[in-house]
Amino acid sequence: MAPILRSTSLIALLVFQISLFFFVSTLPISSGSEDSYTITGRVRIPASTAIGHAAKFSNIKVVLNGGQNITFLRPDGYFTFHKVPAGTHLIEVYALGFFFSPVRVDVSARHHGKVQATLTETRRSLTELVLEPLRADQYYEMREPFNVMAILKSPMGLMVGFMVVVVFLMPKLMENIDPEEMKRTQEELRNQGVPSLSSLLPASR
Amino acid sequence: MAIRFYLILVVFLLSAIVSFSLYEDQVGLMDWHQRYIGKVKHAVFHTQKTGRKRVIVSTEENVVASLDLRHGEIFWRHVLGTNDAIDGVDIALGKYVITLSSEGSLLRAWNLPDGQMVWETSLHSAQHSKSLLSVPINLKVDKDYPILVFGGGYLHAVSPIDGEVLWKKDFTAEGFEVQRVLQPLESSIIYVLGFLHSSEAVVYQIDSKSGDVVAEKSMAFPGGFSGEISSVSNDKVVVLDSTRSILVAISFVDGGISFQKTHISDLVEDSGKAEILSPLLSNMLAVKVNKRTIFVRVGGEGKLELVDSLSDETAMSDSLPVADDQVAFASVHHEGSKIHLMVKLVDDLDTVLLRESIQMDQHRGRVHKVFINNYIKTDRSNGFRALIVMEDHSLLLLQQGAIVWSREEGLASVTDVTTAELPVEKDGVSVAQVEHTLVDWLKGHVLKLKGSLLLASPEDVVAIQEMRMKSSGRSKLTRDHNGFRKLFIALTRAGKLFALHTGDGSIVWSVLLNSPACARPSGISLYQWQVPHHHAMDENPSVLVVGRCGSDSSAPGVLSFVDVYTGKEISSSDIGHSVVQVMPLPFTDSTEQRLHLIADTNGHVHLYPKTSEALSIFQREFQNVYWYNVEADNGIIRGQGMKSTCSDETADEYCFTTRELWTVVFPSESEKIISTLTRKPNEVVHTQAKVSTDQDVLYKYVSRNLLFVATVSPKGAGEIGSVTPEESALVVYLIDTITGRILHRLSHQGCQGPVHAVFSENWVVYHYFNLRAHKYEVTVVEIYDQSRAENKNVWKLVLGKHNLTAPISSYSRPEMFTKSQSYFFPQSVKTIAVTSTAKGITSKQLLIGTIGDQILALDKRFVDPRRTLNPSQAEKEEGIIPLTDSLPIIPQSYITHALKVEGLRGIVTAPAKLESTTHVFAYGVDLFYTRLAPSKTYDSLTDDFSYALLLITIVALVAAIYITWVLSEKKELSEKWR
Repeated sequence: MAPILRSTSLIALLVFQISLFFFVSTLPISSGSEDSYTITGRVRIPASTAIGHAAKFSNIKVVLNGGQNITFLRPDGYFTFHKVPAGTHLIEVYALGFFFSPVRVDVSARHHGKVQATLTETRRSLTELVLEPLRADQYYEMREPFNVMAILKSPMGLMVGFMVVVVFLMPKLMENIDPEEMKRTQEELRNQGVPSLSSLLPASR
Repeated sequence: MAIRFYLILVVFLLSAIVSFSLYEDQVGLMDWHQRYIGKVKHAVFHTQKTGRKRVIVSTEENVVASLDLRHGEIFWRHVLGTNDAIDGVDIALGKYVITLSSEGSLLRAWNLPDGQMVWETSLHSAQHSKSLLSVPINLKVDKDYPILVFGGGYLHAVSPIDGEVLWKKDFTAEGFEVQRVLQPLESSIIYVLGFLHSSEAVVYQIDSKSGDVVAEKSMAFPGGFSGEISSVSNDKVVVLDSTRSILVAISFVDGGISFQKTHISDLVEDSGKAEILSPLLSNMLAVKVNKRTIFVRVGGEGKLELVDSLSDETAMSDSLPVADDQVAFASVHHEGSKIHLMVKLVDDLDTVLLRESIQMDQHRGRVHKVFINNYIKTDRSNGFRALIVMEDHSLLLLQQGAIVWSREEGLASVTDVTTAELPVEKDGVSVAQVEHTLVDWLKGHVLKLKGSLLLASPEDVVAIQEMRMKSSGRSKLTRDHNGFRKLFIALTRAGKLFALHTGDGSIVWSVLLNSPACARPSGISLYQWQVPHHHAMDENPSVLVVGRCGSDSSAPGVLSFVDVYTGKEISSSDIGHSVVQVMPLPFTDSTEQRLHLIADTNGHVHLYPKTSEALSIFQREFQNVYWYNVEADNGIIRGQGMKSTCSDETADEYCFTTRELWTVVFPSESEKIISTLTRKPNEVVHTQAKVSTDQDVLYKYVSRNLLFVATVSPKGAGEIGSVTPEESALVVYLIDTITGRILHRLSHQGCQGPVHAVFSENWVVYHYFNLRAHKYEVTVVEIYDQSRAENKNVWKLVLGKHNLTAPISSYSRPEMFTKSQSYFFPQSVKTIAVTSTAKGITSKQLLIGTIGDQILALDKRFVDPRRTLNPSQAEKEEGIIPLTDSLPIIPQSYITHALKVEGLRGIVTAPAKLESTTHVFAYGVDLFYTRLAPSKTYDSLTDDFSYALLLITIVALVAAIYITWVLSEKKELSEKWR
């Protein structure tokens, strides 16, 4: 019934699957006897969000009520929980590289196991139990490419920049000062006994 | 000019300072990850095709995995839920792995090459019963090869292609238990043999196309059956009767049933309780009687005759068809440190196809299971490989007289973990071997520099990575200055102790515990027995392993002392009383052995070590020793104090009686204890005072004697979804364990468990489920000491009118106030831990083990009750984060990064010597270790720090100074000449 798909061409085939399953089981209608029902849903990972991590369905777990039941995905992304009593349940999807919102699932006993689903993070209610990741997770820091501007903009860079200004522009400024006056000031400073900083600078004369 | 050069260098130096967060190329530098599967229950070989040879296994940790037969690596594996135990595993159609789990109610098919689940079928089950998975090879129904599954009172035929149930047969009404499904060759009729109330044998003949019963035959057996069964051929089975002394051969040829009884005492002289060993041998039966294994051949009319008898305890495999319609089986027995593997023909036990003896490299206990597989050698003879499961749960592949690979699967079931130091470096060992010559050293650093500037070519990156991995002797077996190299001592369920090195996760030593009283005690817990640091430096540190003989809590306990440096068991003693609770006391004797109290089921406590010195230390502190016990089922917590020595004649002077000081009784109709927790006894708190923004001082209430208790309404103790918000309430208490005083009580209406909590310093953080919002919540409670809050006035301090020097005592009834806050948390949690550092100065991180088997590091600042919606400027400066309704999950703060610790059960943290750093060890089916710096490594340079750059800078600087000095000299001279 369900063809086995390869994960690489999954998404394209999934679209095909949707149309196939459309009148079979789009609405999460559960079936069952007396008081135990079946919850069927689907996990779909849009191709655009799958950066870096290959969206492998074989490593995705679907968890009911914090570990009461754990199930896995079929190649078409469908999952099923069997023998679930009527009531309010919690479904979580764990896939490395993605963050899924937990889903509140109400299984109604009166309506023969009709399922109502709400995302608890965004409070969005779902018409059908198709779970998509809220975001793709990047577990590693990205190394910033070597960028001169970024270094210059940092506080240390600014300090260095200031120093460069002082070292290279100050002598230029000093050149503009009248040498006679300069000498006089230096003389004054020498008389005061303060060691002159400008005499240490190579550009001073 | 020179200055310009210097400036450029400074720019480079600045760019080399990187922040501390994990980059992808840093994976494996400080962390390691080991993947396990657990003790193997079933194994199916898949070696027919050319190409990858593999073995499919299912384990006691509910793992189904495909292993590479050549190297023992895992191709793929799936960890099923904790209550989804695997009953059977097989291969169908040559491409699907079929697993039956949850007592025969869940059938799944996995794609053999990549482990993708293909289909899943839930089977009807009405009652608890034995389950049975059978994949007949030659049963064909309309181009389909149905799988037969019995479980929960129903027999199902399932199509292996899509998991569709072809037919099912209801046996629930009769109370019929299927024992065997047999299928004669080239027939569409299957024989289903089972017992009715274990006293009547019934054989159904079922049409494999429709599931209709063609014929039914039953016959009562007055003695009753024990349930153990061995099918010997297509129309015959042998069972044991309920007294386990008579073997009954049941043959059901053409719809008739006949019994043939044989007394075991007729076969062998020594009779006793018999046990049928291997379930699948053709025309042959192996029975264990009085530690002897006997082989019994089943004759044509159900006549039994003794063929062989082995005196040793022997493990045997199922039979395996080899060439020319012959069937072989393997048996393994021990002789000293060697094991002997023999493969014999079933028809002719004298023909030994293979006889090998293998020297075991270490003590692994007995062989528990054997699985064999054959292959055709180049000379067209049969070769055999055997997969054996040992008593310590390890898995070994034997081929051509050698161990091809081994897997330490005991590490998949770690029960307790403690840390130990490595020995101090001796003079003989030189560190210089690690760094080679100055040129190499410089080259390495230049490479690193290139890497950090992202100028490195791909080859350089590989070289850098390689250099980092084996650098700086991180797996050396000596202590280092920063305390990064340490041992994690792990106790496994099999009773084996492993020492794992923090550097690379290698097993430094392992020891299978022995006991004089019983063959193999089961380990309970692990304590640091002797940690010499001041007085007894020549002594080796040791750990105490507390175990018991048997699974019952009243079984006698066993203490075992293991030297940490050598891994040798120093001594092991049978203590003659049961173990309920072990309490390490804060006292050590002159050889730095820690005093421990062990409580037994009679309400007595026993002091260890049993020396007069320990006794005198204990008697000095006799009045100050208190303990408590929690009776979760009755909802009672009792506080106990010491009373006197035991008055029994059998008891020695190290036995004491206790008196009850206080009890806290929770009303059983409204509250049920689901979680209790105390602080870690060895936790270090840096300061009691906490300065808040407005120069106010808060005093933390830091007490070792606080117990956190969580209770729920009895209705809410079940799973989520089993209760409505109105029916459930969660109440948490903080109780002083010396006086029994309830310091704080907090009630959460409409909430339920499970509660996962962590207790550190003066705060508790706990995780629970809010039924109203239908979300998980995390609450933090912090306790502060009010009575010291008045000491703010400087004049009071100057005039000595403060109470800061007053002793802290549980009896002094200090005024307390608490602050608490709750947040939503978007994931289920398995366990929570907190980082611990040497001096407690570094800020803390919560380590949250999620149900997705990842570990999230969450800064304690996020769970601070002083968070407000709009923090003031001063509060922001202090680092208070604006309040949000849910805690953030930052993907970069998963310390397990892109890995999973499958089946996560616990997280252990231990401080390194360097204050900023803490060791984190997580265990489950997998093991994971990493080193964390919650406030970044403020007290040391990171690994990335480029010493070469520093050196070059200094050299360039010196050169620049010299050049400028020469230049200025020249200039001054020329000026003077002018």
